This record gives sequence, C-alpha cells and structure tokens, in this order.
Amino acid sequence: MSQNHNHPTEHHELNWIQKYVFSVDHKVIGIQYALTGLTFLFFGFCLMMLMRWQLAFPGEPLPLIGKLFSDTTMPGGVMLPEFYNSLGAMHGTIMVFLGVVPLAVGGFGNYLVPLQIGAADMAFPKLNAASYWSYFMGGVIMLISFFVPGGPANSGWTSYPPLSDIASTGQTVWLLGMVFLITSSLLGSVNFIVTIVQMRAKGLSFFRMPFFVWAQFVTSFLLLLAFPPLEAAAVLQLMDRVAGTSFFLPSGLVVSGNPLTIAGGGNPVLWQHLFWFLAHPEVYVLILPAIGIVTEIIVNNTRKPLYGYKTLVYSVLFLGFMSFVVWAHHMFMTGMGTTMSSFFQATTMIISIPSVVILTCLIITLWGASIRFTLPMHFALAFLPMFAIGGLTGLPLGLTTSDIHLHDTYYVIGHFHYVVAPGTLFALFAGIYHWYPKATGRMMNTLLGKLHFWISFLAINGIFMPMFIQGIAGVSRRLHTPTMYAHAQAVQGTNVFMSCSAWILGLAQLLFIVNFFMSLKNGKKTNDNPWNGTTLEWSTPTPPPHGNFTKPPIVYRGPYEYSVPGHATDFIPQVQPN
Amino acid sequence: MSSALIPYIDEPHPVTGVTNSKLGVWLFLASEVMLFGALFSSYIILRVGAVTWPHGSAILNVPLATLNTMVLITSSVTMVMSWASLKMNKFGKFRFYLGSTIFLAFVFLVVKAFEYGAKFEHHHFPSTDNFYGLYFTLTGLHGLHILGGIVVNLYLLFPGSKLWKTNPEQFAGRVECAGLYWHFVDLVWIFLFPVLYLL
Repeated sequence: MSQNHNHPTEHHELNWIQKYVFSVDHKVIGIQYALTGLTFLFFGFCLMMLMRWQLAFPGEPLPLIGKLFSDTTMPGGVMLPEFYNSLGAMHGTIMVFLGVVPLAVGGFGNYLVPLQIGAADMAFPKLNAASYWSYFMGGVIMLISFFVPGGPANSGWTSYPPLSDIASTGQTVWLLGMVFLITSSLLGSVNFIVTIVQMRAKGLSFFRMPFFVWAQFVTSFLLLLAFPPLEAAAVLQLMDRVAGTSFFLPSGLVVSGNPLTIAGGGNPVLWQHLFWFLAHPEVYVLILPAIGIVTEIIVNNTRKPLYGYKTLVYSVLFLGFMSFVVWAHHMFMTGMGTTMSSFFQATTMIISIPSVVILTCLIITLWGASIRFTLPMHFALAFLPMFAIGGLTGLPLGLTTSDIHLHDTYYVIGHFHYVVAPGTLFALFAGIYHWYPKATGRMMNTLLGKLHFWISFLAINGIFMPMFIQGIAGVSRRLHTPTMYAHAQAVQGTNVFMSCSAWILGLAQLLFIVNFFMSLKNGKKTNDNPWNGTTLEWSTPTPPPHGNFTKPPIVYRGPYEYSVPGHATDFIPQVQPN
Repeated sequence: MSSALIPYIDEPHPVTGVTNSKLGVWLFLASEVMLFGALFSSYIILRVGAVTWPHGSAILNVPLATLNTMVLITSSVTMVMSWASLKMNKFGKFRFYLGSTIFLAFVFLVVKAFEYGAKFEHHHFPSTDNFYGLYFTLTGLHGLHILGGIVVNLYLLFPGSKLWKTNPEQFAGRVECAGLYWHFVDLVWIFLFPVLYLL
C-alpha cells in the first residue's frame, strides 16, 4: 500500500537487512519486539503444557514426544523433579520478562506511542534499536541456559536464596540474562518518557493524549525506577554465586547434611525485599499497557466519549505511585513483624481503589452504547470480567489473616494468572486484531479470530478457575507430584481437567498463528481508518511510511470525540480543524 | 539517519527547557539513584543484622581514599571547565580539560588497583565477610561506572569531537550530558567514602 502515498521525508535506499533487521525505525522495532515476544510466549506456554502432563498424570511417561527428551530431563518420558523445577522457573521468567512485557511495552509501545502523539519516530532511534537487541541477547542467554550442566535456573522465577545461591550453573546464566533484560527495559523507558514529554504534536497537550499513551508513560516510570533494585539484587546474588560472598546466606547453613564453608551473616529476606520492590511494580507494568489497549478499543467500539478520562488519568498516576509501596504484601509469611505487615496491608487495600475506579469507568463507558461487536472488541470485553476476577481474588491475599491460609498455594497462581493471562494476554490479542490493519493494510480473518476467541476464552477459564478450588483445599504451588499429599489427592481430578484445558488452549493458538500469517497475503484490504478511529495513528498512510505522517500533524481536539451531536459523522479525528 | 525528523536534538524544547538528551540523561541518573539506593539499603540491612561489624578506618586505607576523593573532585572541576571552554568557543582548552578529566579518572583507578592489591595480599577477599563483600561489590561497581565515563569521554575527545565543526551546539550538549553523568559518579563516591571508610 505504501507506494500509493508519496511522502516528502528524505528517503534513503536501504537494503533488506538495514530495513528489517538492524532498523532504527520505531515501527520495525515494535514489530520485531512483538514477533519475538509472541514467539517466547508460545515457547513459555509449551514448557507449561509439558508440566501439565506431569500434574495430570504424575509419574506416567509422556506419550508420543516423551522419547525425544534426554535422560537428565525425562528418562523414558517420565519427568524428573529437577526438570519440573527448571520448567516452572523458566516458564515464569519467559512469560513475564521475555513475553508479556516485550510485547506490551516494546511491541505496542514502540509501534503506537510515536504514532499516537504525532511524532516521526522515538526520541533516540539508535537507543531504541539497542534496547531491542539487548532484549534479544537476554532471550538468547536464557535459551542457552537450557543446555548448561544441571539445566536452566530451577529456583523459581523469584530466585529466592539460599536455594538460588547454591543452585546449579543455570542460575548464574539466568542472572546474566536478567542483566541484559534490565538494560533493555532501562533504555526503552528513558526513550518513552523523553518521546512523550518532548515530541508531542502541536496542539497535543497532556490532557489530549490518548489514554494508551498515559498508560505507557506511567509504565515507563515504573520500569525506570523499579528495575534498578533488581539489578542491584542480581549483582549481589552473582557475587554470592561467583565470588563466594554471603549477602543472602545466613550463618550455619547446612546443605544435604554438610555445613557450607561460607562467612555467613547474610540475610535471605533482603533478596525478597529487593526482588519484590521490582516485581510488584512489574505487575503494573504487565497490566497498565493492557488497560490502555482495552480503553482505546472499548471507546472506539462504543462510539461514545470515554467516561471519566481525567479520572482515569489521575487513577493511573496514583496507581503508579502506590505500586512502589506495596511490595512486602508478598512477604507476610517471612516473619517480618505485624507492624510491617499492617502497613503493607493498608497500602495494598488503598491500591485496589484506583484499579476499581479504572474498571468502573470502562464499564460505565459501555452503558447506553450501541456496541460494535468487532473481533478486537470481543477480547476487550472479555478482559473486563477476567481482570475483575483477577483483582478481586487478590484481596484475600492482601489481608494478612487470610493470606496465612492461601500463601504459596494454587490460589495465588490462579489469582495472578487471571490478571496476566485472560487479562493482559486477551488485551494484547485485542490490540493485535485492532492495529493489524494499520501495520499491514489488511484485516485479519474474522471467523478464525472468533473461533480463536471463544475456544481460548473457555479453555483459559478451564485452566485457572479450578486453581482457586485447589488453593482453598491447600494444594501447594511448585509440587512435582501433587498426589503426594492426602489433601491434594481429593482435588486431583481438577488437574486432569485443567491440563486438558491447557492443551486445548495451546491448539487454539494455532488458529491465531495461521490467521496472523495468512492474513498478510489474503486478508481483506483496508483503507487508512478501517475502524473510524479518532486518534492520530488513523490519520497516517497505511502502513505508515518512514517518518509516519505526510505532514506534521496539528491536533485540534481531545482523543475521543465520538458521536458529537450535530456532526455529520459519528467521529471527529483529532487532526480535523473546527 | 532519522535525525532530520527528530526535533530538540540541539536546541531546548520551548516548554521543558531541555534537549532530548539532557532529559534522557537525567532520567538515566534517576534510575542510577535507585540502583545505588538499593545497594546502600542492602548495606544498612546487612550491617544492622550483623553480630559484629568492623570499623572501616581500622582496616581500609583512609589516606589513599582521601587522595582518591581529591582526585575525583578535581576531575569533576576539569569536566565543567571543558564544557565551559566549549561555550566560550575555545576548542584547544576543551581538549586540555577533558584530557585532564580522563587522566584523573585513570589515576583514580590506579590508586584503587593498589588498594585492591594490598587487600588481596593480606588475603582479604569478597568472601572474607560481608564487610569486605560489600566493599568490593560497591567500589567495584563504582569502578565500572568510572570506566564507562572514561570510554564516553575518550569518544568525545577523539572521534566524537568531529561534531564540533558541523554542529557545535549539539557537541556542547553531549559534553554537558557526559558531565552530568561524571558528576553523578563523583557523587556516588562522596557517599561511598564515608560509608565504607569512616563509619
């Protein structure tokens, strides 16, 4: 399509590698991020599908593909506990740091933020490319760790010491990989903030920015300020493992009957503080871009102004700030004392308020609208109840008393997966279906998309809903053989159901993959603004050329002027003068 | 390549009053504050939890560290002078002052290397106890930051200075950003010195 539009920006002839591999164009980098992120998401999910076999049928050999695994992982197709631990740790790491965040922030953020603020590119294009390649290196290092002696990291994605300090080589490789990923997100977040502050189009004041840009803005601050403490923690743990320090190792530690020859005097809980100081804001890094995407899609498909735009903005700012003072609600069971616990319990209850405000605004936006049930709208609407279930099930975990029973059970797993899987991931799918026509000039197939939606929606609830039942029954997380406890045997039947749901979910993603690639060639061609959107990205040629806009855009109005009374169309683009 | 498309590279934004790079460096420094903040917090937590904690001045070399403090503060002054020389359009002086900054940074690292060597000779390693562990980790990380500053300043002194001929404003901006970073590295040492050597 691009050859139909001549754009005046300077044009250099680039070869294929310069244009699509070592590109500095924010759109290409965004697509690189998105494709790499999607690949890692599927890979991380495959690890989980393997684990689900062991959980459903403990100790039975995996049929068909079981023989492909080595004797150190699955001899005769039966999964070893060590391998199960590795898969669990790497599933978490890959999904969070290599899948969701790169797709949501690196992919959608890079592609859309400059378009939505009317900029030609990000403020630092080369830094942007460096950010992607740093992420890519981090991913490669994580994959390499599968081939070191002892397998990849096996101390959980949280890498709690002392276990992680004395774990096999994979943990060191994990720490090195994390350093690359942290560097990547640091470079990215600096770039986003500078771009949003400095490069908004003429007339685009802060309160005329689409809500998605606000979400990315707050997310960038969380990445910028929360990741360095994890970097500090990673450095300290690396010193523990490589230089023999005892930052996280207490005195008198005995491993397999042998006392460790270390200086001691360290504090394992220190790691937890540093880790959760990152990892709680990280939860909001996972969810805020998703809320931004869902907001854009819901407003566009209700054909109504967004209810409470400023309320949403203030809520997301408050949410971002509060996310720095709730981290120790992950640590009620460490014996840090009731004073600390009460403080973090109070802040945790407070942070739920802006989340509820945001969700309420989105639901009220639906009220009285004649909703267009487009394909992305299916996923966006499903996001609302799924995120609500995820959020509300968090309350009993944030209260110290009920947390005693639920801590480290499957209830926790169900809670955060509801936020991140049918929550964030559905929002990301919605975003892909919504902006695919802008990036490629073609629509994705609606029938395949709806099949993908309905099967995924049912299957994903089939996986995570029973986790609440298991958790309340007291089943611990990270159990290689769930049947080893009598109380877990009572709910073993749910494991079979959940595993079957997981495999169906895996198959349903094939529909998405087929749709994604088929539509590149066979999708219905679209115009520049197929959804009749108002924000700036719909005013560019399709796909946007290098430099994005044919002439520098001027913004005359707020982001969501839908169904303005007395106007000929039901939408007024931000670039349309009065 | 895309530079023609991106505004505020060499002139400040009329509203925020800063160039893109200057805002970027300040944000980067904010993240650096969080990095060292986390490490200093770890120091506090490990120290208050320890049964015994050595007195830094008894086992570390305070005179050498004082010398290094002087060296680093002087290098910060020469860093400002190099930027000011550019602003006064005196390129020769700029080269002298930036060269001095790099030289002083090397002096700092050499002194540090002698300190490390003396510790290793007496069989004091990071694994000796958590005091030495923190000492080596914190000063090592700070040393890496010094090394990063040397690389940036060497770039600005030699290949990067070609920009002075084509876009002096942008070049002065780059030197200013490198200076902001350099002052931060200096500031970290101002905190490290009393925390490790005196308290």
